[in-house]
Amino acid sequence: MSDIIGLVFISIGLFFDVIGCLGLVRLPDVYNRLQASTKCVTLGTCSILFGTFLVVGFTAAGFKALMCMAFLILTSPVAAHAIARGAHRAGVKLCKDSVVDEYAKDKEGEA
Amino acid sequence: MDKINEAREIKKARWFLGALSLAALLALIIIRPLPFLCFPGLPYSGFLGRAIYIFILACVLSLYRIARGPTGADRIVAIDILGIMIVGLCAVLTISTQRSWYMDIAIAWALQSFISTLALSKYLEGRSFDE
Amino acid sequence: MKRKTALFIIAFVTWVFLNWVPDTQHLIIGALASLLVVFITADLFTERQYTVKHHLRYWYFFTWYLPVFLWECFKANIDVAYRVLHPRLPIRPGIVKVKTKLKTDTALTFLANSITLTPGTLTVDINKDEGILYVHWIDVKAKDIESATKIVVERFERILTKIFE
Repeated sequence: MSDIIGLVFISIGLFFDVIGCLGLVRLPDVYNRLQASTKCVTLGTCSILFGTFLVVGFTAAGFKALMCMAFLILTSPVAAHAIARGAHRAGVKLCKDSVVDEYAKDKEGEA
Repeated sequence: MDKINEAREIKKARWFLGALSLAALLALIIIRPLPFLCFPGLPYSGFLGRAIYIFILACVLSLYRIARGPTGADRIVAIDILGIMIVGLCAVLTISTQRSWYMDIAIAWALQSFISTLALSKYLEGRSFDE
Repeated sequence: MKRKTALFIIAFVTWVFLNWVPDTQHLIIGALASLLVVFITADLFTERQYTVKHHLRYWYFFTWYLPVFLWECFKANIDVAYRVLHPRLPIRPGIVKVKTKLKTDTALTFLANSITLTPGTLTVDINKDEGILYVHWIDVKAKDIESATKIVVERFERILTKIFE
């Protein structure tokens, strides 16, 4: 029974991974791509790891899957934040449809 | 006015083509996968083989962004995403081949890809690594 | 000293769980490795040890923060999937400023991570002195500080104030 629930979790994770990569291809600029891909791929991979834990059970591999899940949830937003800040400091523009950019205004005030 | 309409039409046609080809690929994978990556005799080999093929499809999508990306930041995002997806692929391989050391690869890959993303984004920002 | 002991215990327990069935060699190697880790990184570990002892915070964390966070995370994924699959790509992006009352490093980190994983928002930078976060929003609903703060931050701020302050 827990095997089947695990396989369902793996399917959900696969779906979200594909959606995240589609977002990477379709959306117009770096920040939007970061949004889509970080959220979808992080939750998708965490769901796959949880499914692996359910299928494998309380063994070494299962517990490693749980640790890996916690690690991914903690680190991937930090990586996204670092990339976004680096891109903005490197001068990557927002796409044409953007409405406001308070960060650029404040940075001009400082400099 | 005409131009806007034309652009909208082109966008719609591209969306339709893309959706059609993606659905066709997914259907092909689900109905008749190539037999290479299925491990017969082990549990759930059919489902997990298809899962590996879908992973390869997603990896190709993000490789497109790495090859095409107009700025360096796009490429870094795509590399980060590719790293996270390989962790998931290792998790699937753990079940499908019944070898538990694939999970070790997953953990090591997650750690290493996080560090490399941080280093790349610092490089993008134009700072040295000491700060 | 207390800090170093705590870090050593955490590192060692993590090592044991990663090995799962430890024997003597693994334990010795693990002890040496965690000692190395302690001597390199002890200064970066938590600065306010006294807050570790409040038991109530953990209960708040597991019963209140985690369910809210997971639910928001799930909603975020559905939202992104809708936006990506829609033929006309309904986005209206922009970077807005929001204000926060949280002060400590841990709380700010958790707040930024929660904002990044919830619907349509991504933290770009933090100005710690004035308590201002710059947030990239995929669908801008409000441009001024007050109303943006109300929509983006307040869900998590109340919970995190209880847990970390």
